[in-house]
Amino acid sequence: MTGWSRHTGVAIALDRENVDTDQLIPARFMSTPRAQGYGSFLLHDMRTEADGTPNPYFPLNVAPQASILISRRNFGSGSSREAAVYALVDAGFRIVIAPSFGDIFASNAVNNGLLPAKVTEDAVEGYIRHLAGRAGPAQVDLVAGSGHVAGRPLQFELDAGWRQKLINGWDDTDLTRQHADAIAAFRAARAASQPWSFPAAHAAAGGNT
Amino acid sequence: MSATLLDNLWSDHVITTRDDGASLLWVDRHLVHEGSHHAFGKIAAKGLPVVEPGLTFGVVDHYAPTRGAPATADIARMIDTLRSNCAQHGVTLFDQGDPRQGIVHVAGPEQGLTLPGLLINCGDSHTSTHGAFGALAFGIGATEVAHVLATQTVWQKKPKAMRITITGALGPGVGAKDIALAWIARLGADGARGHAVEYAGAAVRGLSMEGRMTLCNMSIEGGGRFGMVAPDTTTFDYLKGRPWAPGEDNWDAAVARWHKLPSAPDARFDKEVTLDASEIAPVVTWGTSPEEALPVTETVPDPTRLPMNKATRARAALDYMGLNAGQRLQDITIDQVFIGSCTNARIEDLRAAAAVLQGRQAQVPGLVSPGSAGVKAQAEAEGLDQIFTAAGLEWVGAGCSMCVAMNGDSVAAGKRCASTTNRNFRGRQGRGARTHLMSPAMVAAAAVTGRLTDVRPLLQGREVQA
Ligand code: SF4
Repeated sequence: MTGWSRHTGVAIALDRENVDTDQLIPARFMSTPRAQGYGSFLLHDMRTEADGTPNPYFPLNVAPQASILISRRNFGSGSSREAAVYALVDAGFRIVIAPSFGDIFASNAVNNGLLPAKVTEDAVEGYIRHLAGRAGPAQVDLVAGSGHVAGRPLQFELDAGWRQKLINGWDDTDLTRQHADAIAAFRAARAASQPWSFPAAHAAAGGNT
Repeated sequence: MSATLLDNLWSDHVITTRDDGASLLWVDRHLVHEGSHHAFGKIAAKGLPVVEPGLTFGVVDHYAPTRGAPATADIARMIDTLRSNCAQHGVTLFDQGDPRQGIVHVAGPEQGLTLPGLLINCGDSHTSTHGAFGALAFGIGATEVAHVLATQTVWQKKPKAMRITITGALGPGVGAKDIALAWIARLGADGARGHAVEYAGAAVRGLSMEGRMTLCNMSIEGGGRFGMVAPDTTTFDYLKGRPWAPGEDNWDAAVARWHKLPSAPDARFDKEVTLDASEIAPVVTWGTSPEEALPVTETVPDPTRLPMNKATRARAALDYMGLNAGQRLQDITIDQVFIGSCTNARIEDLRAAAAVLQGRQAQVPGLVSPGSAGVKAQAEAEGLDQIFTAAGLEWVGAGCSMCVAMNGDSVAAGKRCASTTNRNFRGRQGRGARTHLMSPAMVAAAAVTGRLTDVRPLLQGREVQA
């Protein structure tokens, strides 16, 4: 993933609490290879009528160019499916602004360059009222942790490690491999002190497998 | 001295800690399933192997067919992809037809892969289930799964510690699922966000391992990525003799070590909540979030009596669920039932449902999907399958089935299902499906009457465990 530090785009509000990952991408789409793109699955069952026609009043259909999503508390709760983040990213979103996020969703987001920007309930209330169902211009400065949405100021909280990761586009796997020696030492110590934590070794040693 | 269970588990896995506070943790067990294909694809793209195939176990569950062959070519392909990934990397797979197959959070503990003191990861949010053994178990996303596959470690910031104490004793017909829904209703679907939840108190100590797993399983529905119960003799008795549990050679050493895990009497928690078990009644959900739950004796909330923000949400939920404000919960008629999932498809759950259904007829159709092939065999040995089929319910194979509707088992649009699963999200059981969550005994009661029902009167004169 590539890093970023500043984004200027279009914000739209999804005026709901508890937007869970089953809403973000219904399970039936999850057998699709990522290469096909997950954008069209985003919030699919809210966005379309039962017969598949788009709901013209749904925010994502009002502003298909939006890159900043504003929503209410507990955004991304539920399943660990990273596909929920893929759907947002593939649909062009870079930032979700909400008062709180599901823990797993937030780390998945950061792993894919999507910023989970945590703001106060009041701030979200203000943006939603101000946008009034329409799209509005917005800007986000990742380094400063600030910006604006439809002319209103934005201040967001973000874990320091996550901020670094988003800015630099770091991949943990590459970073972790620098700790290879420490990992090997830990493994050896654990195998000595708690051999039962290695089930195959235990089985090979004549256990009751 | 005053360490919590979380502190003890955490410190035992830290390899290194970064300036920003994130720790690199050693992963003792990594469980993969069909959904892990993104992660296998990521390590393939980097040309990396699975570094610890002996600590990695695969299970066919999310797409597992419950009746014969996979429903579609797509579903078959998902299972085949897992097969070939496991084969390629030398990972043990509990495949279709294997007596060890089952839902990952049922099969893992059953096989003794889940032990106290371990760190367990799986690309599934209900990995919190394994914390019932006093393990540090949490769900991760695909990028993290790829990281664990490639390094057998995971970066994680230590969560805050929260303790939910359930004092007293549960009434008859009330169980772990009711405790879970009761606390989530009280604290909200994000009540434990950022926290690892330790369940304590007499009512929790009194639960079987099955009940503790149900409780820890639902932690994520309250926003907690981790749920845990300190290990005790109930834990050790459950584990002894399981295929992958420590054998005679080091059982005593393992138990001695596990005895050191529990929170000290003077341990401090960042958040403490206490509930009185005797005040918990059988609970059902009425809305589209697990926090929208009430004792079954109550009525559907009236949005006009709620504060503005809650009213909007309640109106939307009632609209989706097709319910009227003020309606008695017990007047809600259902179209079908589902007994299954990693929350409530263990042997005790099936026994609890069978105790209600014995000698009675279900008024609606329904599916009973045991949590694993092992649970299925055990239930059949006890004759529980006969009770379900005699009542008119369908007895099928093990898998996630109608919990997530990925394998073709789903609830049709507009239909109402009383379900032992964990999520009443819109469309979870199928587009437009209406889900009411409750315990297995409560689902059985709903099947018998065709509407949401207080199970307690139906249990009178019957020998049961909730
Ligand atoms: S039964 Fe449901 S909640 Fe459990 S692992 Fe399967 S899909 Fe997830």
